[in-house]
Amino acid sequence: MKLEIHDLRASIGGKEILKGIDLTLETGEINALMGPNGSGKSTLANVLLGHPNYEVTGGRVLLDGIDILEKTTDERARMGLFLAFQYPVEIGGITIGKFLKRATEEMYKSNGRMDISSYLSDLRESMNFLEIDQQFINRYLNEGFSGGEKKRMEILQMLMLKPAIAIMDETDSGLDIDALKVVARGVNKLKGDNFSALVITHYQRILKFLEPNRVHILYQGKVVMSGGPELVDELEARGYDWIKEDTHEYVANN
Amino acid sequence: MNTSQTIEIGDYKFGFSFPDQSVFKTGKGLNEEVINAISDHKNEPEWMRKFRLRSYQAFLKKKMPNWGVDLSGIDFDNIYYYAKPVAEQQRNWDDVPASIKETFDRIGIPEAERKFLAGVGAQYDSEVVYHNLKKSLEEKGVIFSDPETAVREHPDIVRKYFGTIIPFSDNKFAALNSAVWSGGSFVYVPKGVRVDIPLQAYFRINSQNFGQFERTLIIAEEDSFVHYIEGCTAPVYTTDSLHSAVVEIIALPGSRVRYSTIQNWSGDVYNLVTKRAVAYENATVEWVDGNIGSKRTMKYPSVYLMGEGAHGEVLSIAFAGKGQQQDTGGKAVHAASNTSSVITSKSISKDGGIASYRGLIKVAEGLKNIRSRVVCDALILDAKSHSNTFPYMEIESDDVSMEHEARVSRISEEQLFYLMSRGMSEDEASKMIVNGFIDPLVKQLPMEYAVELNRLIELEMEGSVG
Repeated sequence: MKLEIHDLRASIGGKEILKGIDLTLETGEINALMGPNGSGKSTLANVLLGHPNYEVTGGRVLLDGIDILEKTTDERARMGLFLAFQYPVEIGGITIGKFLKRATEEMYKSNGRMDISSYLSDLRESMNFLEIDQQFINRYLNEGFSGGEKKRMEILQMLMLKPAIAIMDETDSGLDIDALKVVARGVNKLKGDNFSALVITHYQRILKFLEPNRVHILYQGKVVMSGGPELVDELEARGYDWIKEDTHEYVANN
Repeated sequence: MNTSQTIEIGDYKFGFSFPDQSVFKTGKGLNEEVINAISDHKNEPEWMRKFRLRSYQAFLKKKMPNWGVDLSGIDFDNIYYYAKPVAEQQRNWDDVPASIKETFDRIGIPEAERKFLAGVGAQYDSEVVYHNLKKSLEEKGVIFSDPETAVREHPDIVRKYFGTIIPFSDNKFAALNSAVWSGGSFVYVPKGVRVDIPLQAYFRINSQNFGQFERTLIIAEEDSFVHYIEGCTAPVYTTDSLHSAVVEIIALPGSRVRYSTIQNWSGDVYNLVTKRAVAYENATVEWVDGNIGSKRTMKYPSVYLMGEGAHGEVLSIAFAGKGQQQDTGGKAVHAASNTSSVITSKSISKDGGIASYRGLIKVAEGLKNIRSRVVCDALILDAKSHSNTFPYMEIESDDVSMEHEARVSRISEEQLFYLMSRGMSEDEASKMIVNGFIDPLVKQLPMEYAVELNRLIELEMEGSVG
């Protein structure tokens, strides 16, 4: 699958945040998206899934050639998009078990093959893999979860729903190194020809475990630089300041 | 009130088990003639006729409540008070959602009851089950019948308790019910007897005649236990404009009575019900009361804690949709030391509906070690809808521990977005959030009621979003 973002512009409360994003994600690749605070990373993640608070003011987003901007959030999800939330919401009264079953059913609706016993074994296996206590099946969705537990739950959902393209919005923030490894393990499990992730992060440490194919830098609502993994090291060494300088030149020259 | 009455007696011939096409019917409006006609038709003893007529006088004198919801739309002259035609909407088994059929499978509910629970069959399909149940209960001395039968067959017990917890003069609608009551349940559990399976009114033959003015009396003798489930959870599709029931529970020392009902009235019904229980030493009374539908509901099940060690609980669930006002809650009156009460209320309002919690905790003077806890949770689904909380307290003792929590929440865009990002439609996501909201309460219901309540909420939710 291929997600092509062309000149995407979006605003919130009348303020333009995305100012013409161009980016292509293809299954088989891991992409990292970095950038200073306020550059529009989370906005991009939310806009790709159709968050109602954002207004798309221009551009196109094509999933295998189909424009998804007119699609509802759930349609996008069923087409293969997934968002691992930076701040997953708490929803009382819905157990993890019930929620995952419903969500999995929705995903299988289109290709009609959900087998409850393989679902259950898949769930148990995935929970073990992510070192999540089986008791969590009976807990209410994210309610009273620690930050690390919420992030693991996002990865569990991703493993169960098996999206083609996963956008991970700062999934690594606030995690200790052990939790970080678990998250990375989850992503690496899905890695392959049918999976692509856009890993949004501030830090290089998760990228050491994920080995992205491409690294993109977002600044002031635009992708201002794309490169290979070496870009991460450069950022680590030099910070964002040189990007900003380069960008001003770049913006000035384009 | 002086409209002439037409009384027809058709093919009524099976005692008080009315044939489906009941044709006995008083005219519209209420007067002594109508009351006498009801009493004649039921072949009642004189004391009950007098009770009805006295109640009617009280009804005339009592003022309409000037609090709660607006009741000015009730036209007492335009109501049939007895034997209305039953207009039950027919539904088809094929229309029952697969998820409910699955649940029936899982919990092994017999075919006949499945159809009943799904609202597609009449309760007398369960006759066989009922028959066995009845036999084992009778051996233990348990009486479970309609109140008409009880008046005839067990006058001593009925006279001792009937109208003692809720006097006919209690309020205008209790007076009305006392004057024209018909149908309902009578339950008597002897000393020390524990009825292990819930007594469900739908097991009673022809109890679909549960009408507008049913009357229920439950007496639990010392150290007995009973769980009574009222009526049925199948939606009540009626065109009647007034439902006014009276329910009295007497829990004698050491006994425990649990009463559950989930009611779903059509959107033009005024649902004004008086429910009250007394709990003596070490007795426990629990009300589980779900209100869906109706135009206006006023209902506050109460427990009077009369003896030391008594405990009362009220769980109230209300769903207020378009044009609906649910004014519900509970009352606990502590009249003895070492008593405790818990009132939990969950309400949902959508499409301009108004859900209000109204409750009273009263503690008499000079009591020790009183504990009470009130929790009100309201979920508001859109900007047009409202929720109110009216907690009243009259505390006249010092040694009292009171807790009151009230929470109002709205379905947030973030919650919807989260669920939709996992592939669920907006409708599906809203339903899930609402079911989640009531889940902690639903868990306390008998399984088949939990299933039915979830289904009713889902029906109410249908098309509410987007």
